[in-house]
Amino acid sequence: MDTGVDLIFKIAAIGVITAVLNQLLINSEKKELGLMVSITGLVVVLLMVIKEISYLFQTIKTLFGL
Amino acid sequence: MIIKIVAIGIVATMLAIVLRKEKPEFAMAVGIVAGIVILTMIMNDIQAVLQSIKIASEKAGVEPRYIALLIKIIGISYLTQFGSAIAKDAGESAIASKIDIGGKIAILLLSAPLLFALLNLIVGILP
Repeated sequence: MDTGVDLIFKIAAIGVITAVLNQLLINSEKKELGLMVSITGLVVVLLMVIKEISYLFQTIKTLFGL
Repeated sequence: MIIKIVAIGIVATMLAIVLRKEKPEFAMAVGIVAGIVILTMIMNDIQAVLQSIKIASEKAGVEPRYIALLIKIIGISYLTQFGSAIAKDAGESAIASKIDIGGKIAILLLSAPLLFALLNLIVGILP
């Protein structure tokens, strides 16, 4: 569990890399591969975000006694 | 502390703006994670504030049950606001308003016993 700015940077970096790869693949006429890359990047980022969200919910639950 | 929070907010905003043009979904992820990071940073302070409220109310002789209820309601409103702000950021104001309604109903349900207790008290006082 690495809280902090590095997680934000990580997600932003994944986004930039997927965008660049997507452009490259589309320019070299491989649209379906570009789509695959975007979906994979999205899934990876979503997995990271879901972990964080569950951590936050757990913290709020214990803190406010919900 | 506050400098750290503002810096994280500014950096996350810039990253989100950069990403919004190409990949709006990643911009949303950056926003969510920035919110989570800032909230986790202030968790300890929130706990301190809640603790001081509890101590003060114990001194004032308020029943601890009511203070626990109040803290629960604060937690629900924090969560609701977090969710609805994310939905609104993504341009889904309809979903955001539904989340808001859900939070309001949850708070109403939690505070209903208290309301009825008050009504019973008033009815008992009345001749």
